[in-house]
Amino acid sequence: METLAMHISNGIINGPVAAIFAALALATLTVCVLRGRRDLDDRLAPMAGLVAAFIFAVQMLNFPIFTAGVSGHLLGGALAAMLVGPWVGALCVAVVLVVQALVFGDGGVAMLGLNITNMALIGTAAGYLLIALLLRVLPRTPAGLAVTAFVSALVSVVVASQGFVLEYWLGGTTDLGSNLAGLAGTMAGAHLFIGIGEGLITATTVVTVAKVRPDLVYALRGLRPAAAPTVPAVGGVR
Amino acid sequence: MGAGHSHVLYRESSSPVHRLPPEVKIVAMVVFTIAVVATPREAFWAFGGYALLVAAVAALARVGPRWLLGRALIELPFVLFAIALPFLGAGERITVAGLHLSVDGLYGSWNILAKGTLGVLASLLLAATTTTRDLILGLDRLRCPQLLTQIASFMLRYLDVLVGEARRMRVARISRGDDPRFLWQLRGFAAGIGALFLRAFERGERVYLAMLSRGYSGRMPAVWQGAGAATAGQWLVAATVPVLAASIAATALVLG
Repeated sequence: METLAMHISNGIINGPVAAIFAALALATLTVCVLRGRRDLDDRLAPMAGLVAAFIFAVQMLNFPIFTAGVSGHLLGGALAAMLVGPWVGALCVAVVLVVQALVFGDGGVAMLGLNITNMALIGTAAGYLLIALLLRVLPRTPAGLAVTAFVSALVSVVVASQGFVLEYWLGGTTDLGSNLAGLAGTMAGAHLFIGIGEGLITATTVVTVAKVRPDLVYALRGLRPAAAPTVPAVGGVR
Repeated sequence: MGAGHSHVLYRESSSPVHRLPPEVKIVAMVVFTIAVVATPREAFWAFGGYALLVAAVAALARVGPRWLLGRALIELPFVLFAIALPFLGAGERITVAGLHLSVDGLYGSWNILAKGTLGVLASLLLAATTTTRDLILGLDRLRCPQLLTQIASFMLRYLDVLVGEARRMRVARISRGDDPRFLWQLRGFAAGIGALFLRAFERGERVYLAMLSRGYSGRMPAVWQGAGAATAGQWLVAATVPVLAASIAATALVLG
């Protein structure tokens, strides 16, 4: 029975590997900031904030899987990629992780590079690649969108969890020997269930938003004839 | 939202630690944590030194040990992982009380427990003495890209919006005959999560437009006014803790 929160705390992975991943995360986030600036307009700015707040809130809900032992929480990488695009999306998840590490001590500060790589970079990238692929293949119906959101969220969570296994293999502070394969299996199995929960939440959220305000879903931009830019009504009438 | 943008972990006080500018505290905390992580795990005395440093700062900030230890329970999942290590680790094994334990695994779990706990305590101290608004102010002064601080400040602002909308929707469900209890309210919550997101977005968009129309340009006024930035003296005062921690780490590395 192994219990793993997604946020790696201090001392799990050794210093050099953590430093390498911190440098990697910093470099990738810089690219995201440069590309994200182009994306961020008056519609995306509040959306990015809300997506980050939403991810922050759902990450607080740790839900137990099956009987006991393993618990996990949602990552939100695929949801962010879907609603605000891969660049701003990765930044949203990264911001959530930084604030959680600084304020709640969830995930060690020295391990931030690892956590950002797993959840913000790998999770969002895997999610976005799948979204881009599936949206081309699947029919453009609410059902197609729901399947896209579900599958990409599910896969992104499992892939992100394998990022931890890779990091542990590179620089785990305790040599697990042949048990590493067991760790990979446990992580994948546990996160399959988290992924199902994540997939359901992502799908319901995205489908609802796409139904009412399709202009807000980044992944649908360019796939449909451009909707007339929404001019917010004076006085904020809905 | 009138209650100000502090958070659950903030402990209102006017101790010397509270009065330090946020950017100084963030840097001190990060350097301290890196020093702890860089310490070889066999140097048991060094971790005692770090614990003393944490205790001294906690006393100075008037944060009680009960509060600190209670909040540190967030680390619990990793503690369980640490307990599993002596059973899973490879290599040389010893027998303690009839259990075959891996020596490397035992060191590993000590490593995770000590470094993890010290890291959590350090960030809790930062959280207890700094409001979230100040935290973002500090990040901005540390030249964090404006895009990131903007997302962060909206995130913290919209958390209240989100919680408020969730509460309103719950009241609406109850007043229409829903009877939420324990786990069953999850179903109602899950069914309404898309609507919650949309409602929160539309409210958040109005908040954003209201800010824009009052002159918001991506940074909060406190930032570009530039008042209250850390002085050299404050940097020196706050540097004592990370410098002490770094010298402990350096000594441990040289001796180890």
